[in-house]
Amino acid sequence: MLKQIEGSHAVAEVVAKCRPNVISAYPITPQTHIVEDLASIVGNGELDAEYVNVESEFSAASVVLGASAAGARAYSATTSQGLLLMSEVIYCIAGMRLPIVFTIANRAISAPLSIWNDQQDSMALRDSGWIQLHAEDNQEAADLHIQAFKIAEETHLPVMVCMDGFILTHAFEPVDVPDQKQVDSFLPPFQPTNIVDPRWPRGIGLFADPRFYLETRYILHRAMEKSEKTIKKVSQDFAKTFGRDSGGFIKTYKLKKADVVIISMGSLVGTIKDLIDQLEDEGKKVGLLQICSYRPFPRKEVYNTLKNKMNIVVVEKSISLGRGGILASDVRWSFPRHEKKDRNISSFIAGLGGRNITKNDLRHMVEKVEKEPVELEFLGLKKELIAKKDL
Amino acid sequence: MMNQSAEELNKIEKKDLFGSGHRACGGCGQALAARLVQDASGENTIACVATGCLEVFSSPYPDPAWRVPFLHSLFENASAVASGVEAAYKALKKGPVNIIAQGGDGSTADIGFQSISGMFERGHNVLYVCYDNEAYMNTGVQRSSFTPLGARTTTTPTGNKTRKKNLPLIAADHGIPYVATATVDDFRDLQRKVKTALSIEGPKYIHILAPCPLGWGHPGELTVQVCRLAKDTGLFPIYEIIDGKLTNVRKIQTKVPVQEYLKLQGRFSHLFKKGGSPKVIAEIQEIANQNIERFNL
Repeated sequence: MLKQIEGSHAVAEVVAKCRPNVISAYPITPQTHIVEDLASIVGNGELDAEYVNVESEFSAASVVLGASAAGARAYSATTSQGLLLMSEVIYCIAGMRLPIVFTIANRAISAPLSIWNDQQDSMALRDSGWIQLHAEDNQEAADLHIQAFKIAEETHLPVMVCMDGFILTHAFEPVDVPDQKQVDSFLPPFQPTNIVDPRWPRGIGLFADPRFYLETRYILHRAMEKSEKTIKKVSQDFAKTFGRDSGGFIKTYKLKKADVVIISMGSLVGTIKDLIDQLEDEGKKVGLLQICSYRPFPRKEVYNTLKNKMNIVVVEKSISLGRGGILASDVRWSFPRHEKKDRNISSFIAGLGGRNITKNDLRHMVEKVEKEPVELEFLGLKKELIAKKDL
Repeated sequence: MMNQSAEELNKIEKKDLFGSGHRACGGCGQALAARLVQDASGENTIACVATGCLEVFSSPYPDPAWRVPFLHSLFENASAVASGVEAAYKALKKGPVNIIAQGGDGSTADIGFQSISGMFERGHNVLYVCYDNEAYMNTGVQRSSFTPLGARTTTTPTGNKTRKKNLPLIAADHGIPYVATATVDDFRDLQRKVKTALSIEGPKYIHILAPCPLGWGHPGELTVQVCRLAKDTGLFPIYEIIDGKLTNVRKIQTKVPVQEYLKLQGRFSHLFKKGGSPKVIAEIQEIANQNIERFNL
């Protein structure tokens, strides 16, 4: 049933319908509404789960690690500094192959302190062995959580569902929150296979000397690559059960005839689609390739979809300082070296720390790359705020 | 509290649930303590272990030395991981099971201090056992907040300048129902405390003095002797705090001057060289005297 609700509330309702056994979280803006709503859902008895209020994000991640290792379906949510504080546990959860699901309410990272949206936080953990799925809107954010538990439990890989902080978490939109029966029919109860249980004593988290460690990382990398199949299959099955497309590897918009292709992920693709429609009315052919699964990265899809496209521009809300656009690097790597010759892949950094990205900004970006490729540009940079020596 | 007869409580348990194949040094107090703890707890146990000596000498893949389920993830989060295991057992309506979080002094009192405080405060039904060897032994004997005054470590080469953090009392001040101290020379007392703790619902803390021959600089065969002197000097008081009430304090039969304890250990040898450091020794004696008075030893 369609309901006009806040993104955080939609996510909390849907997570509850996935019947997690243990939830543990530490409050941090803009994740708070999600965990508050879940606390009341558990508190009023709608969900039979243990809700563990902890003293830090580090412990929140550790509690769900322990819970998952003991056979529970476990969930947490965080963002920004909280995710960075968890980072040691984040790597550990992946290495231990625990199928935990997190919501990341994407937010900028200090310093300077900023509570507003960008995607630097999840980007900082991109190499940790977690699947990262990016939601375009609140419907997709809600849907991705249902898919995430299924993907995690089938692949033994943890999943982060990334949704832009405030822009999605605090936005009221119509969202179809599926009923419990539908979710139950799609997501069976968790059947853990490798748990701590006195009936079958075993060690989880043993240490590996140099004879074994390399292989564990290889296996994890291959598991990430192989999860592609599961992510796609779960998305297709979801469409069959719920009657709408959510998730998957990539999505495209008006791409076939496009002269310029914009690549992005998260809520920004909504604005981009609006611009594409406007430009179409003006006679310009611009298309979109949306990254839904950032890890594993859809390299083959990017290449196969864009092999005949010569003008590509990546716009992203994160940066590798001293290197440039991170998503842009991934996209550039998706094309074989010998084919790169005539293809322009421009890179724009936008929206850091919650700076609005307007259609005009994006129009400027498109006009610029129509003329010449752009190695790296900060969209909407106010040069008047920067001392000459720092330019 | 579950009723256990005095006979059951005082029985020395030997089940070999921990030990065979571990790689600890000869005379390692921690290995001995870990065996006593696991054997007292029995098969129905989940061990949540912090990174450190215990983890490293007992859990190399593919040869762990544990016959109870063993869970390790990081250095500073054994308490939180154990909290999660306990929450899962509650949520899944499994159990009862003995959940024992355990680690050395660094993972307990320093880097894991926040985590253990959170576990106590939230009231999880978990026993935390700290194997106190008074420094970071796994990384090569560096100072921790449990390193006693005067002790030489690789990061306090001229002797530690501060007194030891008193975690048992900090634990008790969280209002948890059971706190105890123990040493590895008295098997019966240590195992009785583990069994007592596990019979109580809620968070429990047992602090075990676990000498490290390598880090303390004493021959491995003197581990038991060193423990006895730690008690008989008053430097390591033995007691229980049940529901906030100090009880079962071990009385010292014949008080021993701290020099007897210090002289056995290389980490204090600088206090006796070239005229020695009578001031530091006197201050260590003062710590012992304060303990004797405070706990009526």
